[in-house]
Amino acid sequence: MEKIIEVKDLELSFHTFAGEVKAIRGVSFEVFKGETLAIVGESGSGKSVTTKSIMRLLPESSTEFKNGQVLFGGRDLLKISEREMQKVRGKDISMIFQDPMTSLNPTMKIGKQIMEPLLKHQKLNKSDAWKKSVELLGLVGMPQPEMRMKQFPHQFSGGQRQRIVIAVALACNPKLLIADEPTTALDVTIQAQILELMKDLQKKIDTSIIFITHDLGVVANVADRVAVMYGGQIVEVGTVDEIFYNPQHPYTWGLLSSMPSLDATEDKLYAIPGTPPDLLAPPKGDAFALRSEYALKIDLEEMPPLFKVSETHYAATWLLHPDAPQVDPPAPVMERMKSFPGSRYYEGNAGGAK
Amino acid sequence: MAKYITKRVVYMFISLFLIASLTFVLMKLLPGSPLASAEKLSIEQREVIYEKYGLNDPIPVQYIRYMGNLAKGDFGISFQYKNADVMTLILKKLEYSVILGAQAIVFGTVIGIVLGMIAALKQNTIWDYGSTIIAILGISIPSFVFAVLLQFIFAVELEWFDVGLWNGWKSSILPSIALAMGPIAIAARFIRTEMIEVLGTDYILLAKAKGANWFEIAFKHAFRNALIPLITVLGPLAAGLLTGSLVVEQIFAIPGIGEQFVKSINSNDYAIIMGTTMFFSVFLIVIILIVDILYGIIDPRIRLSGGSK
Repeated sequence: MEKIIEVKDLELSFHTFAGEVKAIRGVSFEVFKGETLAIVGESGSGKSVTTKSIMRLLPESSTEFKNGQVLFGGRDLLKISEREMQKVRGKDISMIFQDPMTSLNPTMKIGKQIMEPLLKHQKLNKSDAWKKSVELLGLVGMPQPEMRMKQFPHQFSGGQRQRIVIAVALACNPKLLIADEPTTALDVTIQAQILELMKDLQKKIDTSIIFITHDLGVVANVADRVAVMYGGQIVEVGTVDEIFYNPQHPYTWGLLSSMPSLDATEDKLYAIPGTPPDLLAPPKGDAFALRSEYALKIDLEEMPPLFKVSETHYAATWLLHPDAPQVDPPAPVMERMKSFPGSRYYEGNAGGAK
Repeated sequence: MAKYITKRVVYMFISLFLIASLTFVLMKLLPGSPLASAEKLSIEQREVIYEKYGLNDPIPVQYIRYMGNLAKGDFGISFQYKNADVMTLILKKLEYSVILGAQAIVFGTVIGIVLGMIAALKQNTIWDYGSTIIAILGISIPSFVFAVLLQFIFAVELEWFDVGLWNGWKSSILPSIALAMGPIAIAARFIRTEMIEVLGTDYILLAKAKGANWFEIAFKHAFRNALIPLITVLGPLAAGLLTGSLVVEQIFAIPGIGEQFVKSINSNDYAIIMGTTMFFSVFLIVIILIVDILYGIIDPRIRLSGGSK
């Protein structure tokens, strides 16, 4: 499969008054053509920072790239000039933000906002750009697009505004679309519509998507592969099935256990204890060790490498080391693993009652 | 829109009526009389003059007569200047003040906006600090200090301008610059603060993500959104400047309305006091109306009530 983008060993720090915040500590991943990679993790885990550094949208004065490459179309995006980068933004890579209520310019007609990337990158003349924009608005499911072009953002609802933002993002048929929690600020029914729209459009224009979210329900709905981030690192990456049905990292276990479920027997929802690590002084070993009941001694001393679980599945936990003791994941996770061929708890047709 | 403006004009006349009444009462409470300094007049002569100008009638009668004349657009005649018509007198004086004020406000706003934009775009650099210093000086030093300074440097020392003499448009340059220092400082501070806030918003990030360069971001996306608070303060400031600055007019010997106003109060020239007050009020009210209409043009979210839909 063709790689659209490859992030290699990305390390990034913010310089703040309190000191150096090591926000990204060695992140590597790739996105293949036409697939959706979901990046999940709690607030402050580095999801947004990772994607914003791909677009180079972080404040230049306080951000320092310490190491790493972002390979896109044969070039390292971290090395090219700002002018070159402006030609990539909105054309080859575009972005959808979390809050549609604030991501459109309140004093500019939405037609003009959609036309902007078309005029800039595709060098269309005004009337062609207008026609294309009307088309785009229709494509994202806006009724009466011609009339709506002349309106201002405050005349639209939240869901409609997110449709407009999507239209803007897709205007130049980007190779990669970065969606930074695009449904978090929307209510549940609108969320579902926007997700359907994105999946539908992805097929139509054949783009790859990086989908940032902390909602595992959304992940299950849209993603092909999932990367779990914690403390500025990717702790586990795999296909959706592998992450949901054969998770290996204790943090992924924690995430899955804290998902509400209709057939849960316990009356109290699980929550991961403790707080995320302080990235001003990141822990030496596994960043999750202090919050994990499965932590080994070595977790506190040395950072675990990514252990290979399968061709597509890697996890950074010492539990996968051959010398590590066998531990059982929490019961609900174990229950899930029973249905996954290849997991050590797989019951398949052979086990079970039959 | 038309309905909205009509409504505002009606309110304007109500305001003017109230202002006229209040000024009339306050004026009558002023000690002294227009003839206080004319010591050579005998009591009988005074009586004749009072009778002629209707100053012997009871105050309510004077009030009703004055308001009646005012409604007809008649401001009466001045007691100071050989019975000159107040309207003509004020318009003549006002011309100088309006030229100065308009130049000061336009020059001040443009320079202030440029300084503020530079400061915001080059935040925490020497440009930013430089513009901050100019703004602090502009706010804290009164305009008459600049006036004296400018006059000394450019008129006395360099002799580029006449000293203390009104000699056509050229004479308006120095006083306009002196008066512009305030607007420069205010505009620079407001634009800087607003621009920094706007540049941190999501829609600016989205504009950047669309591939916009810094120029498009600053001028196409951010500037219009940063203007609203500035318009709010500029309105009253403009009214104040257009109606004259007493001290600066004195320093440059400009026969403007500011100077005239104070002179008239000192000599109890009722007709001119009333006339000038009414002119100032009309100015302020019209400018506030213009500001309100501008809001709607700049920010589509601000709907003028009674406007179209």
